Amino acid sequence: MAKMNLLQAINSALDLAMAKNDKVSVFGEDVGHFGGVFRATSGLQEKYGRNRCFNTPLVEQGIIGFANGLASQGSLPVAEIQFGDYIFPAFDQIVNETAKFRYRSGNEFNVGGLTIRTPYGGGIHGGHYHSQSPEAYFAHTPGLKIVIPRNPYEAKGLLLSSIFDPNPVLFMEPKRMYRAAVGEVPEEEYYIPLGKADVVKEGSDITLVGWGAQIEVIEKAVELAEKDGVNCEIIDLRSILPWDADAVVESVMKTGRLVISQEAPHTGAFGSEVAATVQERAFLYLESPIMRVSGLDTPYPLAHEKEYMADHLKTYEAIKRSLNY
Amino acid sequence: MATQTTKQPDVVTSVEVIDGNALRIPMFQLLDKDGTPHKDVKLPEIDKELALKMFSTMQFIRVLDERMIAAQRQGRISFYLSSLGEEAASIGSAAALKFEDMIMGQYREQGSLAFRGFTVEQFMNQLFSNAKDLGKGRQMPVHYGCADLNFMTISSPLGTQIPQATGYAFGQKQAGEGHCTLVYFGEGAASEGDFHAGMNMAAVLKVPAIFFCRNNGYAISTPISEQLAGDGIAPRGVGYGMKTIRVDGNDILAVYAATQEARRLAVEENEPVLIEAMSYRMAGHSTSDDPTGYRTREEENAWRDKCPLKRFRNFLLAKGWINEEDADAQQQEVKEAVLAELKKAEQVPVPHIDEIINDVYDTPTQQLKEQLEALKAHVRQYPDAYPKTSEGVK
Repeated sequence: MAKMNLLQAINSALDLAMAKNDKVSVFGEDVGHFGGVFRATSGLQEKYGRNRCFNTPLVEQGIIGFANGLASQGSLPVAEIQFGDYIFPAFDQIVNETAKFRYRSGNEFNVGGLTIRTPYGGGIHGGHYHSQSPEAYFAHTPGLKIVIPRNPYEAKGLLLSSIFDPNPVLFMEPKRMYRAAVGEVPEEEYYIPLGKADVVKEGSDITLVGWGAQIEVIEKAVELAEKDGVNCEIIDLRSILPWDADAVVESVMKTGRLVISQEAPHTGAFGSEVAATVQERAFLYLESPIMRVSGLDTPYPLAHEKEYMADHLKTYEAIKRSLNY
Repeated sequence: MATQTTKQPDVVTSVEVIDGNALRIPMFQLLDKDGTPHKDVKLPEIDKELALKMFSTMQFIRVLDERMIAAQRQGRISFYLSSLGEEAASIGSAAALKFEDMIMGQYREQGSLAFRGFTVEQFMNQLFSNAKDLGKGRQMPVHYGCADLNFMTISSPLGTQIPQATGYAFGQKQAGEGHCTLVYFGEGAASEGDFHAGMNMAAVLKVPAIFFCRNNGYAISTPISEQLAGDGIAPRGVGYGMKTIRVDGNDILAVYAATQEARRLAVEENEPVLIEAMSYRMAGHSTSDDPTGYRTREEENAWRDKCPLKRFRNFLLAKGWINEEDADAQQQEVKEAVLAELKKAEQVPVPHIDEIINDVYDTPTQQLKEQLEALKAHVRQYPDAYPKTSEGVK
């Protein structure tokens, strides 16, 4: 095993996928020789040529439209949108085209080979337009899969699964963790199944649910809570579409309490879906109301970033509120 | 490493303003409006068999459109889009392609699909959203698609197919089998961002794609004068650094020749090509539209005089490849075939309710299976409220 940061793990997954199948190609703004603004595609053009790793013009709707067409032709495109905040010009292509391609054609055609990679999330002083967590918009779209890894090991295994999954996948990378998260990552290929949550830590008193970079925040909050003698269970959803409701419901049936911690603004965030499902399926097991810790319902601010974020202290307080209800 | 390759401009020392209409692109035409070839023109090499196939497809589409508008008026189908007046543009371009080339339509190219071999029965099954529809009854009438015929399933959002064609063609170039993609869109859809995106990317990435604009003068009720300034769509191709042809869309021989040359450029030289076919939407936008509210009878009549079917028919008559009697007889046969298949298709039930969750993903998710079971239990409880599917869930 090698030590890799999250970017190196992504790069390794792309490298292995391209080596394994020559129908895999990687493209987007600045991803060619330069290797992407975060360097996730470093070295791939040199290794696989300009036909399989290349720059596109600066047009997100074009990148995804192009990728849809290429996937429908039978290729396995991995399209990069430089920041999740800039994915919205491609919203129509993703929501009306990618997601409905197979269904609307009666399976005559599909874009199952498509993977869209995009960095998301805050904590990097990125202000309004380099910080957002737009996953909930896409989670409302039947036909997409949405995958969000929490660390380098998860990132590589989940990205490889996403690239070879026979459905289009939106793969959202926690950019705050790109270089900050370093861990043991196998150099060979391995696959982590999509749609299956991971119990990061078992516990008996309360369940904490999150995804992506927020798992690190939850872990810090849990450290504080455990000093108070609270035994916490942490679940990383890994995929939010489709999501592993069974794993969360089972955990809540055991602990009786649930805190969801998420980066996105509060109203209509994916945590609302988790909360609604859990109260439907485990109402009589709940010892206290389900708590949601989220960003504020404001655009993502710059100077007040720390105050805005759903940090470990806010999550810790939610744990206490749940226990002391 | 790539380098900056845009040519450095020449220098001038006084302000030079280029007029927005500086580029006036002429229209390629072989037949006059009566079907007589212009003097000394080189006609494309089309044998009798192909010419008759093009002609019979034109006749079929005219009958199909007329018959299905009537069916909509009778309440038998919910919606229809006629291609009246634009048959030469779609059929002439499809005829110039190889069968393996991909066609991506907007929604007014039933002629291309018929030319590829989509049967009357297949048309009817889609229009009636029945269990035999290849699209499983999921989309509105006219949203055809057929993998076996290399005709991409149509979607309603305008222009989305344009960058997709660029991507598809890129894949064809990678595969190296000498195939290309032809994508249709209207002059209205060319205002969408996806047009710019797809054209620019195709020109930069050098893909074998043909961008075929049917300039029919109207986007629903909006005339071209309120759609764009400048000389139509063709000059935009030049702006993207793309080879461009403007052709008379009502002259099927010119459309054929233009598309043949575009295909050669696309496949042999990896040069994408923009074709702007000048035509006129003789029909309303759809059965939900009434053109008398926004255009004059005189304008329509002027274009009726340029009818593409009449023009090609005259050409074939003069050539001696058809005679009046046979042509009329064929039209009558097609009418009967359409009517017979229509009656059959409307008797075919809707797809089974289980199809509602298929094809969202390659296999239904747990959530979808649970939702289907709940739905079926509900239909069983209130069978009369869901008469089209209740039989199937007993």
